Amino acid sequence: MLVIDHLEKRYKTGDRALKGVSLELGRGDIVGLIGPSGAGKSTLIRCVNRLVDPSAGRILLGDVDLTALSGGALRRARRRIGMIFQEYALVERLTVMENVLSGRLGYVGFFASWFRRFPEADVQRAFALLDRVGLSDHVDKRADALSGGQRQRVGIARALAQDPELLLVDEPTASLDPKTSRQVMRLITELCAERSLAAIVNIHDVALAQMFLPRIIGLRAGEIVYDGPAAGLTPEVLTRIYGEEDWTRTSPREEEEDEEAGLPAGEAA
Amino acid sequence: MTGAAIAPPRVWKRPRLVEGAALRLAIFAGLVLYLVLAFATIEVNWQRVSEGLVRAARLFAGFLTPDFTSRWTDIQQGLIESLTMTVCATVFGIVLALPIGLGAARNVAPFWLYAICRAVIAVARAFQEIIVAILFVAMFGFGTFAGFLTLSISTIGFLSKLIADDIEEIDPAQVEAVRATGAGFWQVLDYAVAAQVMPRFVGLTAYKVDINFRESSVIGIVGAGGIGATLNTALDRYEFESAAAILLIIIVIVMLCEYASGWIRKTMA
Repeated sequence: MLVIDHLEKRYKTGDRALKGVSLELGRGDIVGLIGPSGAGKSTLIRCVNRLVDPSAGRILLGDVDLTALSGGALRRARRRIGMIFQEYALVERLTVMENVLSGRLGYVGFFASWFRRFPEADVQRAFALLDRVGLSDHVDKRADALSGGQRQRVGIARALAQDPELLLVDEPTASLDPKTSRQVMRLITELCAERSLAAIVNIHDVALAQMFLPRIIGLRAGEIVYDGPAAGLTPEVLTRIYGEEDWTRTSPREEEEDEEAGLPAGEAA
Repeated sequence: MTGAAIAPPRVWKRPRLVEGAALRLAIFAGLVLYLVLAFATIEVNWQRVSEGLVRAARLFAGFLTPDFTSRWTDIQQGLIESLTMTVCATVFGIVLALPIGLGAARNVAPFWLYAICRAVIAVARAFQEIIVAILFVAMFGFGTFAGFLTLSISTIGFLSKLIADDIEEIDPAQVEAVRATGAGFWQVLDYAVAAQVMPRFVGLTAYKVDINFRESSVIGIVGAGGIGATLNTALDRYEFESAAAILLIIIVIVMLCEYASGWIRKTMA
């Protein structure tokens, strides 16, 4: 359903963020994307909905080549791809309902959206989604009045309001506490299963990734160094992805020591 | 710099802008000398000061017995002119300031448009209102039209610059999120940009109404109509009681505007 073929991204500064990344997702596949900061995880998923323009390679969603689109065609393609963000990226001063309805912007005309006159079906869908994520009591609250976990639920509802085929999830739990993180991850995976949505989930927390995501892709310095089941994340694999570290210990001792030494090769572009 | 060779007591001193005590002292001494000489050049004619004090006493006496009645028709006409000028110029100014401010925001507009709009703003802000008013009075003659144009120009300069600066400081993540839904350019402007700057915009507008009324009373003195012209006439005729009445009215209206705009800004935030 989603095919990424030799994707390259070179920033104007000359940094090669992606060096020929290829991967395939079937309908309903959920994959976790892990890797050190700066490995290109964020760039990769932003290339898919073209918030970042790739330098070379192809991205096929169904039979549409996303890299070739612009203008109206690009906007129609973006409707099929929902995105969930690290810091929620809700429009803080709009209400919860307006934020969820903004997921429908690709479907309605400018004046309908300007006067907040969304089609009845869209409004009903938004109510249903807010019920599903457990926020039906907060419909007319402003987004900035909610807690972190609630905001991320609004973000999820907004993405689903698009009725997407693919979800791009960028560090959904990075600003949440451990319990809320698990709840949010569970909600995302459940919703994907309910709607047989494919999803790419960028995630820093390896344990959380292994707990919720069946397939893991490890990215290092713009290249895929692991693509396989979550159970296959052995210490050797983690070393390949993140660099040398004592992966058997789980307590946070002696963490800082190896950080610099961990990323020697491959960084020079 | 100082004895770091002896191990334990290391010395720390606040880094100075000008190192070297002698130079610092010389700079201070020079400043004081200049101030003394500068004050010495101001001529004070004590006879005129005493005459002025007498007039000041009469003016303040006028405040105790303000005369609203004998020039009431003039005052009324001046007030109506000033308020008309204020409201019309603010509305007209906003209508022009919105597109200019939008064009002058680097994160929304292409570079050529940005350069043009910033140039327009720079020109609109180049001269103080009184100078602009003198120019317009010379062009279009005495009266409210010159005042209206003056205040319009100053509204454009003020609002479009501050709107542009506000737009440049919005949270880009919210813009990215709305773009990712497939929203068009104007929808992104509405949901992600306007939603973020609207409270500031309304607050600035209310503030500018307040400023414009005050300015309308100043530019009247150079012939641009309004309550300022009435005040000028009263002072020219040494009718201090009427002048006092006008000043009191101005103070009351400015205070009302100030409270109103403060309240609006607080409720919008």
